[in-house]
Amino acid sequence: MSTAPVELERPDIEEDVRPELPWVTIVWNDPVNLMSYVTYVFQTVFGYSKDKAHKLMLDVHHKGRAVVSSGSREEMERDVTVLHEYGLWATLQQDK
Amino acid sequence: MTFGFRPTGDGGVTVELDSDEVAVLRSMANLVLELVEPPAPKDEFAELVGIGSSDQKSDDPVLARLFPDAYGDDSEAASDFRRYTEDDLRQGKRANAETILGALPEANGGRVTLGSRDAHAWMKALNDVRLALGTRLGVTEENYDALARGDDSGSAALHLYDWLGGLQESLVQALFQTGAPEQGSE
Repeated sequence: MSTAPVELERPDIEEDVRPELPWVTIVWNDPVNLMSYVTYVFQTVFGYSKDKAHKLMLDVHHKGRAVVSSGSREEMERDVTVLHEYGLWATLQQDK
Repeated sequence: MTFGFRPTGDGGVTVELDSDEVAVLRSMANLVLELVEPPAPKDEFAELVGIGSSDQKSDDPVLARLFPDAYGDDSEAASDFRRYTEDDLRQGKRANAETILGALPEANGGRVTLGSRDAHAWMKALNDVRLALGTRLGVTEENYDALARGDDSGSAALHLYDWLGGLQESLVQALFQTGAPEQGSE
C-alpha cells in the first residue's frame, strides 16, 4: 500500500523576528490623590518596598508620570485594572 | 483627642465620628452610588463572554476621571478594554460605597471599627468621593490655595473636601501602621 506523498503546506507568513516589545503601565499625576495613598497603593499592588514605592510616587508627582511596572500586555492590563479600582490614573502602552 | 482613624492592633482600624460626620459620610457614599450607576443588564451572550455595554469614556469629567481610558494612545484598544472591564469596576466602586453605608452608626455618631478588608473598601471609597468632589471643584495643584481663599459657595465644598482628605490620610497612616497591605484582592 502506498500513499501519495503529502504535500506539505508551507505557511507563507513572514516570520516576525522582532523580540516582543514589553508593555508598561504608566501612572499620571493628578491633583487629588494623596501622596501617602499613592505610595500605599504601589506597595500593596506591586509588593514594592516603602522606599521604592515612595520614590515612584515622587516621580509621578514631580515628572507628571512614571512607569510603575512592565511585562506582557495581559499583565499590564491586569495592573491597570487594579490601579483603576484604587482610583489612580493609569494607562498601558508598548514600551518604545 | 486625635482626629481620624487609629489602628486597633489586630489589623483593623477604628474611628470616632460625631453625628455631623456620619451624615456627611452617608451623603458622600450615596453620591457615589448615584454617580456610578449599576451596570445595565446584559443579554445572554454578553453575559457569557463578560462583555459590558459601555465602550466610550464619559463626557462627564467626574465619570471620565473615575473610569479613565486604559490606553491613552489607542482609542480602539481603550474601547475594547472598557467593554470587558468597566462593569466590574462599577460594581467594585458601588460595593465600596455600600461598605461605608453598612458600617456607619444609625444616627447620633459613635465608634466605627473596621477589619482590614472593610478598611480598604473605605479607603478606596473615600478616594472616589474626593476624586468626584475635586474634579467637580476643578482642584489643581496650582489653584488649590486660591480656591481655599475664596468665599463663594465653593468654599463650603472645599472645606468638606479638606475634611475628607484628612480622614483618608489618617486611614492610610493607620493601615501603614498595621503593616499589612491588602492581600488577596484578586
